[in-house]
Amino acid sequence: MVNPGRAIKKRHWLQAGILYILSLVLVVFFVGPLFWMVVTSLKSPAQLYSYTIFPRPIAWNNYITALRSIPFFRQLTNTVIIVVVNVVGQLLSSSFVAFGFARLRSPWKNRLFALVLATMMVPQVATLIPSYILFKELGWIDTFLPLTVPAFTAHPFNIFLLRVFYQGIPIELDEAARVDGASSLAIWHRVILPLSKPVLTTIAVFTFQNTWNDFMGPLIYLQTPEWFTLQLGLASFAGMYSVDWVSIMAASAVIMLPCVLVFIFAQRFFTESLAFAGLKE
Amino acid sequence: MAMSKMRRQEALYGYLFILPWAIGFLLFTLGPMIASLVFSTWKWDLLDKPTFVGLRNYAVMLKMPDFWHSLGVTSYYSFARLPLVLAAGLLLALMLNQRIRPLGLWRTIFYLPSVLPMVAVSMLFIFLYNPDIGVINFFIQKIFGVKGPRWIFDERTVIPSLILMSLWWVGSNMLIYLGGLQGIPTELYEAAAIDGAGVWSRFWRITLPMISPVIFYNLITTLIASFETFTQVYVMLGNRPMWNANFFMIYLYNHAFRYYKMGYASALAWVFFIILFGLTLLTFKSSSFWVYYEAEVKGGKKENA
Repeated sequence: MVNPGRAIKKRHWLQAGILYILSLVLVVFFVGPLFWMVVTSLKSPAQLYSYTIFPRPIAWNNYITALRSIPFFRQLTNTVIIVVVNVVGQLLSSSFVAFGFARLRSPWKNRLFALVLATMMVPQVATLIPSYILFKELGWIDTFLPLTVPAFTAHPFNIFLLRVFYQGIPIELDEAARVDGASSLAIWHRVILPLSKPVLTTIAVFTFQNTWNDFMGPLIYLQTPEWFTLQLGLASFAGMYSVDWVSIMAASAVIMLPCVLVFIFAQRFFTESLAFAGLKE
Repeated sequence: MAMSKMRRQEALYGYLFILPWAIGFLLFTLGPMIASLVFSTWKWDLLDKPTFVGLRNYAVMLKMPDFWHSLGVTSYYSFARLPLVLAAGLLLALMLNQRIRPLGLWRTIFYLPSVLPMVAVSMLFIFLYNPDIGVINFFIQKIFGVKGPRWIFDERTVIPSLILMSLWWVGSNMLIYLGGLQGIPTELYEAAAIDGAGVWSRFWRITLPMISPVIFYNLITTLIASFETFTQVYVMLGNRPMWNANFFMIYLYNHAFRYYKMGYASALAWVFFIILFGLTLLTFKSSSFWVYYEAEVKGGKKENA
């Protein structure tokens, strides 16, 4: 009470100190593992046990070794094909279906939409085994078809996201186009799609991430190493070379890199739509 | 007459647009769900013709120690992880909401691990957790002068290690909290401050009630995701299975795709689905006691969205 100014100053100093230590702990926890991965991936095998953070000499070769041993480019091609087809399929089908739910009046529409929301609650495990048997009967095992065809049937969450967005677009736009003789298909294609680029980008980013990172799907449906995706390749590569940590860390870093890049360039879409998902539920 | 024709055409187009989803729903959701219910009454290895065994798969399951153990392991992991994830996500979100700078950088740091592929993350953590050459035990030795635990390589510490690792991707929870925190009107805090409410009482009386719908959302999604844990366990422990890491999804995967016991695995899938559904329902039921919805108090009526 005698000198409130000093007391406040001291408290601020203490607060700043605590905040500083807390930040340091958080940085070590969240960034440390990635940092250690990159450092390790640049060490020579002899340096692996030295715990230094300065690899010397920097062994760029590890990356070449890792990429050669995985058949990296083959598996990259496989992964990219699956990812691209999934993104295109989800964008087309989700925007198409959401247009039907948001802009056209059909009896039972709202009940069907309730069903869409209900299917969001169905876990993958409930459909896993019969889906496998269905694809097996179709002769689709060890092809990309089980991993791509379902993308053309619109994911419920994407339908939900796009429907909310479409409902925000004035219906007068559709009516004006209809008066000019445009069909529903033309309205979807010429009026609605060009307006929904931001939300379509969000869906593209999420579909990329989910497909690129998927492990269980490829694990169940792909058998020949020639068709493996990168995730599957990394898992089997590490099984084979479980002591070659420098190469495994190099391969892991390479496989993480596209996710990091997409995340950095599309951060806005991630943060907005996730926050949105939380608010709307 | 012309009008009704137009309406009819519009309705028809409406169904046409919904068709891709409807096909997917029948082929990849409803059909498989019914089929797996049928399969669960069969004994079927995919090679021979299936034989009908009634409810025997379920009866066998209830007598299997492995089944109960896998449920126990999965529940232990999920319920131990739940409060930690919910609290850590909220703490980080509160930190970001305090206008900590630079906001974008911190948000990136916290969220980045959530977007990374689980297989690569698992590889990284096998390496970090390595009892002999891992960097974590190196630091434990340096700082505390004792030998660190054997982490995922020990039956006693495998689940806590997996929980600790899972806190690394708490960022997606954090982002959803952050959305909720930013939606709280600042007038509420100003009014409370004028009335002399301290930091704690503002947190308990304003922040928590206002974000309770978001906590609810995080609780359900976290619980379901934890119960469905598969990839990291398969990748990290696939070569040396641990009794205490016998997660339900691993148990189911092995019966379906290793031993090709499709009937038994289908029964497992249905039981698992019912458990998940029951947990979700229970959480929903409980939500009226602790989740605060603004609309209900204001208008006294349900939203009609």
